[in-house]
Amino acid sequence: MILSVQGVRKVFGSHRVLDGLDLSVDEHQVVALIGASGSGKSTLLRCVNLLEDIDDGMIWLDGEHITDPRVNPDKVRQRIGIVFQSYNLFPHMTVLENITLAPVRVHRRSAKEAADAAREWLTRVGLAEKADAYPDRLSGGQQQRVAIVRALINSPRLLLLDEVTSALDPELVGEVLSMIRDLKGEGMTMVLATHEMGFARQVADTVCFLDGGKVLEQGPPEQVFGDPSEPRTRQFLSRIIEAGRL
Amino acid sequence: MSLSPAQLDRIAYRRRQTVISVLIAAASTLVVGVLLAVGLTGAPGWDRVRESFFDLSVARDALPDVAAGLWLNVRLLVFCALGALALGLLIALLRTLRGPVFFPVRALATGYTYTFRGLPLIIVLYVLTLGVPGLRLEGMPSVLVLGGIALVITYAGYLAEVFRAGIESVHPSQLAAARSLGLTYRQTMRHVVLPQAVRRVAPPLLNDTVALQKDVGLVSLAGPIDAVRAAQISTAETFNYTPYIVAGVLFVLLAMPLIAVTDWVTLRAARRQS
Repeated sequence: MILSVQGVRKVFGSHRVLDGLDLSVDEHQVVALIGASGSGKSTLLRCVNLLEDIDDGMIWLDGEHITDPRVNPDKVRQRIGIVFQSYNLFPHMTVLENITLAPVRVHRRSAKEAADAAREWLTRVGLAEKADAYPDRLSGGQQQRVAIVRALINSPRLLLLDEVTSALDPELVGEVLSMIRDLKGEGMTMVLATHEMGFARQVADTVCFLDGGKVLEQGPPEQVFGDPSEPRTRQFLSRIIEAGRL
Repeated sequence: MSLSPAQLDRIAYRRRQTVISVLIAAASTLVVGVLLAVGLTGAPGWDRVRESFFDLSVARDALPDVAAGLWLNVRLLVFCALGALALGLLIALLRTLRGPVFFPVRALATGYTYTFRGLPLIIVLYVLTLGVPGLRLEGMPSVLVLGGIALVITYAGYLAEVFRAGIESVHPSQLAAARSLGLTYRQTMRHVVLPQAVRRVAPPLLNDTVALQKDVGLVSLAGPIDAVRAAQISTAETFNYTPYIVAGVLFVLLAMPLIAVTDWVTLRAARRQS
């Protein structure tokens, strides 16, 4: 097991976003988190990456208790990649500089070695000619693919994807999803929060429906989408179908 | 490609409008200029004012001394601007430090910006240039250096707040992205936050530098002869105010390149954000 989330609670003001949530992720597994806006999908990912402090419970990564306050969060984050909904590329750096920042500054690789690795990745995802461009010259889909490469170049044990296609124009969603599909083929362990139900169905090994700060229902996509056992899940999915998103 | 009659009509109409607005602008400029000239030269005391403020021969005699004084302003400006920028940045960074260990540092930095933004520059100048030498310590720097220090510590208070505004304007998602890659707080500041912050506040920083350019002359209160003081000395010799006008013109000429750079940087920043 790579990731184990045990009874995690996160409170914002009086609102319990996560209320004793449990989740485990095995190596090479792809877990999709679905649920209404505000159901805690993003918060959960931010907690796993230690960008948010949790209010109770424990999170384990590779058998290490990472929510122990004595653990250095920088060391933990070096082993986890996260990609955000709004890409969050650094606007003052070129694509290549964005990608090589962490390899050079954090992982102490030489600039040459990091640049070579970055160019190889960019070639693979069809962005080789954008290496020296600034992010504002790229389309949303291209920026998001760069953000994914920026996370992957550090060879993380676990990749967290936080609604990575939600800010994209419909015709740009495909290029990002196909990149994630390729990553699954290579055995990358991923947890993705998504509104793309069709994609979750295709790519996920396990689908988790978050409701009331907990995982209300989880199982293989055929079961969760095809024959959900919880009324809340059925209600959520019927709204999605109404909106034409499934 | 041939254009439709509608487009040809639009182009012709816009061209006529352009010609009309250029003519209106020229006419109104002419009217305002004539009114100003008539109002000024027609004033009852104009001849006496012209003699005592715009005497060419007095200007010629005063120019070398005033220019020599201006050279002092320029040198002081360069050192004070660099010093104030460095100190201001340092204080801004100290104010952003988190954690209980840094409480005293943070409190000192905050106190600094409150004190030196509130304290009139002239009082800081007097304390440093007249008070501090009174301590009769070994190796006391010259009054000029002490005056420069007064300018640096006063302006650093303002610049620190400009830098801090820049640092706080960088969106939290940029910090999250940097930290998520494993960068430490210091690495995040240095490689992600500061480069964006400094770029964003470059126009107000340069603006404060233009203001500093005029205030460096205040060291003359403690003795050193800058352009304004040189003009004052010439005026006392000739009972003619023309040297002040000479100094004023030189200051404007000196400020022009800096102001032009400020405008250019502002424009570029505005373009990058669009």
